[in-house]
Amino acid sequence: MGNPNKVKAERGVMRWVDDRFPATQMWQDHMAKYYAPKNFNFWYFFGSLALLVLVNQILTGVWLTMSYNPSAEGAFASVEYIMRDVEYGWLIRYMHSTGATAFFVVVYLHMFRGLLYGSYKAPRELVWIFGMAIYLALMAEAFMGYLLPWGQMSYWGAQVIISLFSAIPVIGPDLTQWIRGDFLISGITLNRFFALHVVALPIVILALVVLHIIALHEVGSNNPDGIDIKKKKDESGKPLDGIPFHPYYTVKDLVGVAVFLFVFCVVIFYFPEGGGYFLEKPNFEPADPLKTPDHIAPVWYFTPFYAILRAITFSLFGLDAKFLGVICMGAAIAVLFVLPWLDRSPVRSMRYKGWMSKTMLALFAISFVILGVLGVLPVTEGRTILSQVCTVIYFAFFLLMPFYTRLEKTKPVPERVTG
Amino acid sequence: MKKQLFALLFALVPVTAMAAVGPSVPYSMDPDLDDKASLQNGMKLYVNYCMGCHSLEHQRFARAAEDLDIPQELVEENLIFSSDLAFNDQMHIAMSEEDGEAWFGAPPPDLTLESRLRGTDWIYSYLLSFYKDPSTGTGVNNAVFPLVAMPNVLEPLQGVQEKVCAETDQPVDGAELDPLTGKYQSCETLQITQPGEMEPEEFEEAVYDLTNFLAYVGEPSKLQAQSLGPKVLIFIFIFGVISYLLKREYWRDVH
Repeated sequence: MGNPNKVKAERGVMRWVDDRFPATQMWQDHMAKYYAPKNFNFWYFFGSLALLVLVNQILTGVWLTMSYNPSAEGAFASVEYIMRDVEYGWLIRYMHSTGATAFFVVVYLHMFRGLLYGSYKAPRELVWIFGMAIYLALMAEAFMGYLLPWGQMSYWGAQVIISLFSAIPVIGPDLTQWIRGDFLISGITLNRFFALHVVALPIVILALVVLHIIALHEVGSNNPDGIDIKKKKDESGKPLDGIPFHPYYTVKDLVGVAVFLFVFCVVIFYFPEGGGYFLEKPNFEPADPLKTPDHIAPVWYFTPFYAILRAITFSLFGLDAKFLGVICMGAAIAVLFVLPWLDRSPVRSMRYKGWMSKTMLALFAISFVILGVLGVLPVTEGRTILSQVCTVIYFAFFLLMPFYTRLEKTKPVPERVTG
Repeated sequence: MKKQLFALLFALVPVTAMAAVGPSVPYSMDPDLDDKASLQNGMKLYVNYCMGCHSLEHQRFARAAEDLDIPQELVEENLIFSSDLAFNDQMHIAMSEEDGEAWFGAPPPDLTLESRLRGTDWIYSYLLSFYKDPSTGTGVNNAVFPLVAMPNVLEPLQGVQEKVCAETDQPVDGAELDPLTGKYQSCETLQITQPGEMEPEEFEEAVYDLTNFLAYVGEPSKLQAQSLGPKVLIFIFIFGVISYLLKREYWRDVH
């Protein structure tokens, strides 16, 4: 029978569908009658762009899978086969490899937007947590994908990251062997990473994206002023500061899509290697378990966390430096999950927070970037000290948040959005 | 505190500049994939001088012929030496890995992706940096790749190069610039002491062509990217303008 209050088309095919599936209702709930604040700015492009990149990764990934050979003997050659013998294979492959970088660029900017305007604060805690889960799954997805070309950096990068688990006391060595499925990284590891990369993790990511959006549309979008637009409604119940997502934000996001695609295509066509940061040079040599590269650096999007790992050079409480480093690296990501409960400010947006919050966010962003740079460079004494300073700032931003957000004087929040 | 942070930041700069591992690469070259004559000459040199030992496992003769504008008959008559190889095959070599290892200590590497692995500057510099050194097994050594197992295959063309004490325009590690001549004094300078078939400039050009060919082989799709890129970018630009106008039209009634 269904819910009699559901919006249905008057007649025709849509009516037939609506009697069986809430198509019109869903379209209205999530697009045509989903009211978004009218004052979205530059920072609000990156959510829809992340969705675009996700679609790009899935489509190009499907086509790459058609020609890729997931075996230690054939993987490297099959990538070159795609690059040379498959029609437009080079384009599909570069769209996928550049897409990985683009995904992290837009996701980092999207997350920074959340920090800037307090989008994680009540009632959007679950939106934030689902988002963080996407980020975590994305890191696993990118890490496993990077092994697939089976180049030197694929192999040794994976070797370094998997060996981190061996730092865990007692179960460490057995755990790493269980992850690899072998005594060293081999074709067995490649096969399971392939399965996880193309089947398991994409399903997880897609499911989480759905949850992220459903949670968002339940509570409504935040905005640069951090105001609840549902508090001021007109006679018909529409928020005064809200506009329907479609067509207003669909056409606005199209402009963002065009700008993004332009930059994306410039990289694809002219700088696919990204100066050695998107496709690392040693990866043009097939994996060789007997030959360690001079300098192993993770791809740029992991480097801030890698720098935190390397910043811990001392033992403490009987725990060795490597294990502490792993704990810090894990904590650096885990602490983001509890962010909604660390922020005690009465206001959401940075616009109305005090100078302490603003300073801390600026320092946090700067140290994150510095850590990212340090993570690609070889270790020196000076760099280790700098990475330790930045690691302290990174954690101070979160751990001191309950204090500085409560102590500081906030500015009054306006009744209506300020544009 | 802030000052110290900045000092630390600046302390990083010179270290970053020297982060490259191994001996420095003295020369640079810019590949030119539009120079078909250079690429054709490079392929000829590669097949004649390099392909005895170094395969191009991922590069097909046919693809090179098509991209470099070389007719199939010319390729089959002049560039395919082995009767086991056909026009559509990849550029395999006859030497087995075991023989390579027995003769040189390690099998000569496949060079398909060498230009992407080490860079064209490296290949160009490496090929120009062999010098006479009786202490090695091959009688030559290399300034860019010390103690490399490869003999100077191009010596008949280049002549014999030796390390001498001389003035040079190239900056030298540890040597000071002479303010009068604007040159450096170094006993690491490489000089041709016995001329080969080619004049030094001719030889440098030949090595340029060879390196240029390897740049092409590393990424043949670059040619396609160069021709497709502008079309895609123009399309996206027009799409961007139209979507901006559309957005402006829709947003007229938002106040």
